[in-house]
Amino acid sequence: MAEKNRAPRLGNSADGVSSLLASLTCILMGLVIGFLALLILGWITLAQDGNTVSFGEMLGKTWNSGFKAILSGGFYKTANAMGMGVRTEILQAAPLIMTGLSVAFAFKTGLFNIGAAGQYTVGAYFALFGAIVLKLPWWACLLASAIGGAIWGAIPGFFKAYLNVNEVITAIMFNWIGLYGVNTLIYQGGSGPMYNTNTTKTYTIKQVSPDSLLPTFNIPIGDKGYFGKMFLPTIGIFIAIAVAVLIWVVLNKTVFGYELKACGFNKNAAKYAGINDRKNIILSMTIAGALAGLGAGLFYLSGSKEWEPLVSTSLPATGFNGISVALLASSNPIGCIFSAIFISHITVGGGFMDAGIFPSEVSSIISGVVIYLCAFSLLFRSGIRKFFAREPKKAAGKGKEADA
Amino acid sequence: MEDYVIEMLHITKEFPGIRANDDVTLQLKRGEIHALLGENSAGKSTLMSVLFGLYQPEQGIIKKDGQEVKISNPNDATALHIGMVHQHFKLVECFTVLDNIILGAEPMKGVVVDRAAARKKVMELSQRYGLKVDPDARVEDISVGMQQRVEILKMLYRDNDILIFDEPTAVLTPQEIDELMDIMRGFKAEGKSILFITHKLAEIKAVADRCSVLRKGKYMGTVDVANTSVEEMSRLMVGRDVQLVSTKDESHPGDVVLQVDNLTVPSKVSKKDAVKHASLQVRAGEIVCLAGIEGNGQTEFIHAVTGLDKPSSGTVTLCGRDITHAPIRRRSKLGMSHIPEDRHKHGLVLDYPLEYNMVLQRYWEKGFQQGGFLKKRVIREYSDRLIEQYDVRSGQGSTTIARSMSGGNQQKAIVAREIDKDPQLLIAVQPTRGLDVGAIEYIHKQIIAQRDAKKAVLLVSLELDEVMNLSDRILVMYEGEIVGEFDPKTTDVQTLGLYMAGAKRMDKEG
Repeated sequence: MAEKNRAPRLGNSADGVSSLLASLTCILMGLVIGFLALLILGWITLAQDGNTVSFGEMLGKTWNSGFKAILSGGFYKTANAMGMGVRTEILQAAPLIMTGLSVAFAFKTGLFNIGAAGQYTVGAYFALFGAIVLKLPWWACLLASAIGGAIWGAIPGFFKAYLNVNEVITAIMFNWIGLYGVNTLIYQGGSGPMYNTNTTKTYTIKQVSPDSLLPTFNIPIGDKGYFGKMFLPTIGIFIAIAVAVLIWVVLNKTVFGYELKACGFNKNAAKYAGINDRKNIILSMTIAGALAGLGAGLFYLSGSKEWEPLVSTSLPATGFNGISVALLASSNPIGCIFSAIFISHITVGGGFMDAGIFPSEVSSIISGVVIYLCAFSLLFRSGIRKFFAREPKKAAGKGKEADA
Repeated sequence: MEDYVIEMLHITKEFPGIRANDDVTLQLKRGEIHALLGENSAGKSTLMSVLFGLYQPEQGIIKKDGQEVKISNPNDATALHIGMVHQHFKLVECFTVLDNIILGAEPMKGVVVDRAAARKKVMELSQRYGLKVDPDARVEDISVGMQQRVEILKMLYRDNDILIFDEPTAVLTPQEIDELMDIMRGFKAEGKSILFITHKLAEIKAVADRCSVLRKGKYMGTVDVANTSVEEMSRLMVGRDVQLVSTKDESHPGDVVLQVDNLTVPSKVSKKDAVKHASLQVRAGEIVCLAGIEGNGQTEFIHAVTGLDKPSSGTVTLCGRDITHAPIRRRSKLGMSHIPEDRHKHGLVLDYPLEYNMVLQRYWEKGFQQGGFLKKRVIREYSDRLIEQYDVRSGQGSTTIARSMSGGNQQKAIVAREIDKDPQLLIAVQPTRGLDVGAIEYIHKQIIAQRDAKKAVLLVSLELDEVMNLSDRILVMYEGEIVGEFDPKTTDVQTLGLYMAGAKRMDKEG
């Protein structure tokens, strides 16, 4: 009997282990391809400048002034004075976790939320409005950003549920409506209440409403702390992690999560079980939107960047990178934390490479390759499972026969 | 030495965690009808897939005419003149019969298909074997029986002389089954060899010469059908004595539980109504069976009654309450249980573990959840109890992902869930489709037990044996209308067949 109880848990954890290993395999292969890309691109750049370098030299250069930076991320020695690199990495990871969660949550319900970018944009507007115009405290601004994203997510959900319009199409259109809508609302022909004509950006929150900025923290290492005193990281990363855990709990422990996942796995069976699929579609998109919106809040309420309504003509990359984060994490909310940190890590690291030789976009190539390989991760997963299944099968064989 | 046309010797095929074929030997004589008998998941399909080159066996060899052959893909099988009629036909619906038959083996005249030559050959074959088809009709417009004849002609057109029939009678009326048997005998007279996969013993008795039996992947032996009784064959197949006919007492119908009046349901595929003004009553303590050939409106009727689809007119009343437009959850709360026709589409969330599927209809009840949080321990205990009580077998008990379970055990799980809900009305749609004799026997007993516990049971079945065996009243549905009501004690399968085929109806001819 004791054996019987243990067997299933083993089965499930083996499942988790194999999907983790599959993701790690993707990452490793992505890094190898990224290294090769650096090598070739660097060589071409040097050759164009008329330099001839030996292969060995080139390998050394690629490693030292290129790839090492990517691997080290924010911890890259020369860039991490006063913890600046790490601070940037954390700052970028927090919203990525949120947009990743947004996409992953919708995936679980069988929806593809490609609208995280738009929801992020609207969330940013709500957060900035709360901070600059209403001068609300930070938690209220965060709440506002979530509400903004939620509204922007609910609309495609509504279209999907009641008019059967594919959420991908609606969400893509709402991305652009959101972006230019926000630009227009902020600029308002130069007279917008949040628009600072001197800087052509929104007002700096730190000057207008310091209470709206997220609290900061420091790590007590060294006499001034790891991050020095001037530029401290915000608690955004902790909020993001807490939300990820919360989403995991909702999906795995609650009746609501049970219904959402049932809809995602099999809409017909969910209907048969009396689950209101329309309600679930709208709710799922609303929550996905709220998560993406909150991500924008975490970023803009850290005060390190203002909105530039005149030049913001492309959708925020954080929104689309959320798709990568979710894919890399196999839509596991806890996995999203790690995959977001990873993507933030190599992106920040990419910026520290020797710009004269190596284009920083190589980090995008790496994450691109990793995501591309994630499409094969099912293949890896079954391969990994087979590899592990071979060994213990003989031992487990006897128990199984008794079961059958 | 015997003249074997195909020999499969000591075939072993393993899948992760299961040995689908374990040292199986099958020898097919030239010019015989050889039945392959076995319960579901006994390894019949695996064995045939090996013969067809879809799987490579770990051990064992295949011989054709005494020569060892290697079959690594279906094209090899075709080259060896092995043909198969699949249980689910593989036809292009919008093509004509003729085009379907020649598809993939078109006779060419330059760059155009020589239809005249093809037509000549097909018509010759059709006449020679008495396979009546209309070569110019579209497949979507012809009956299931004729579709099957098209499939058979496909094999003949390719000069196959080893013909495999995979559960060919499941979709036919009794009259069509008799016809098929005659056709098979005709092939035998021509010297063709037939492998006939089935789990229906009466059909084996009627047509087969020899019968090989598989049980749980193992070869149980080959018997001469003429000298072997039906009981012996079923014991070989199941491994124990099986009650082939369920016994039940007289029914004592009580109050009306389900009342359906003038129900009309639009069709999803055509502009016609799928169900036309159908009315019926089911009382407590009786099993009412809706019989008919597949696609005559039974599915749509049940969908309208259970709330999966909306009727365009008519009313549905459950225990005196009008539920015509009630949501599914309300019907469920009022005491309706539904064993759906398609267990994969509706019955299960295949990617959920078994325990979650066991509470699919009641996870929201107090007891299984508290304050919106699932009570996993209670769910696990409940699921374990159902597994134990209803003998649902799976690799990892409650945590087994439903997708990895065998069809029979998936169905048992659904039956367990729906019956354990303690319903007033049990709607069972083809509850034993594709199941083995042991599981069928078990599910039949459960359904009868529900009736004896004064529950109302509405059964939809395509299997006439099941209909005759279980029901207290039989209603025949043809083209969306209920065309006859029968007492199983005073009617026979042949009569039902005439009504099911639309040859007779009660309101016109009495």
